[in-house]
Amino acid sequence: MEAALRSMATGESREVPAFVTVTILDTGETCRCRTDESLLEGLRRWGLRGVPIGCRNGGCSVCRIQIARGRYAQHRPMSREYVSDDDLAADRVLACCVKPLSALEIRVIGKMSKAFAATTATTNGA
Amino acid sequence: MALTGVLRPGHAQIRVLDLEADVKLYRDVLGLEEVGRDSFGRVYLKAWDERDHHSVVLRQADKAGLDLMGFKVDSLASLDKFEKDLQAHGVATKRVPAGEMLNTGDRVSFELPMGHTIELYAEKKDVGNGLSYNNPAPWNAAAERGIAPSRLDHALLGGVEIDASIEILTKILGFYPVEVLYAEDGKTVVAIWLSCSTKTHDLALIRLPEQGKLHHVSFWLDSWERVLRAGDIMSMNDVSVDIGPTRHGITRGATIYAFDRSGNRFETFSGGYVSYPDMQPIVWSIDHLPEGLDYVQRKLHQSFLTVFS
Repeated sequence: MEAALRSMATGESREVPAFVTVTILDTGETCRCRTDESLLEGLRRWGLRGVPIGCRNGGCSVCRIQIARGRYAQHRPMSREYVSDDDLAADRVLACCVKPLSALEIRVIGKMSKAFAATTATTNGA
Repeated sequence: MALTGVLRPGHAQIRVLDLEADVKLYRDVLGLEEVGRDSFGRVYLKAWDERDHHSVVLRQADKAGLDLMGFKVDSLASLDKFEKDLQAHGVATKRVPAGEMLNTGDRVSFELPMGHTIELYAEKKDVGNGLSYNNPAPWNAAAERGIAPSRLDHALLGGVEIDASIEILTKILGFYPVEVLYAEDGKTVVAIWLSCSTKTHDLALIRLPEQGKLHHVSFWLDSWERVLRAGDIMSMNDVSVDIGPTRHGITRGATIYAFDRSGNRFETFSGGYVSYPDMQPIVWSIDHLPEGLDYVQRKLHQSFLTVFS
């Protein structure tokens, strides 16, 4: 399964290290993440706040990221409510559903603020 | 019979992204009993102390979320009456024939203005809780398997058109408000806890920018100690926990919010108080939502208002 995922992602078999460096471009933070668990879980271990943590299981989309550079593999389904074919083709994914295969550079797209902003807007009559 | 009309939430049909992974979660971790599968591939489960055939239906899909919530009514006459009353109010209804859902009679289905499918039904096969109707024991081994809630308790649904939804639920279906959360203006309902029984809520609604969202489906446990035990079992099984164990200020319930393997939030819940329709609703203002949500930490967990399926 792992090997299949890797070859799906890369088109070739390459050695995957146990840990890789992940850089959050929005904040410049970096950390070393395991390659055998989700990217979100790796970030969580280091307490990085840049990527919002929601359901961690592909359903809610708050951990949406743009992978700007590096190789990764999807290891669980993402709810298509929030992730389209275009998103997948453009490397816009949920951090809870992918594992890093090489050093990654990512940008945060997911937002934790949308619903509360709406509630506040209601309050303000805006 | 004093409790008439709509009796209780009877089933929730939940969309999951990997059916067998979530069957394992709901059956082996939450501890529901698998009671059947149908020709559509749906998996039916029930809590140990429920007597009707099922309360949870899982359906494989590519989007997480809630397909529908079913409420049991006291009789076929009530089912017919609610159908007519809904139509008279301008709500389109549809009959889903008996048997479409296993061991379940005719269902009257309609869409809440918030975008959720709600259905009413009067008949579902009594399969019992494994204990005798004559001189029963108080519980059996199923009551200790997994988290082992005794029943499906309620759900919290989110959407834009909350006001029109409240009107249908209260004026036509007989729900009454138990607690209400208002925005700064003191008039705009942000969230409401509605009962059709003496529970603090059978259905709760929250105002959201998106229609048809599921916040959580809740399962009842008999004590705070059982809620803490549920937390232990979640951690043992690598379940994503969202909030808790703690106590809600709103409804006073002891709680853990967690996510199934597809990101649908579920709650293990205990406590609260007995409510009656003549009681004045309890009112919360938005600035007190932190303790309304988490009375112990008095903390507004951002995920409460942002994470839905």
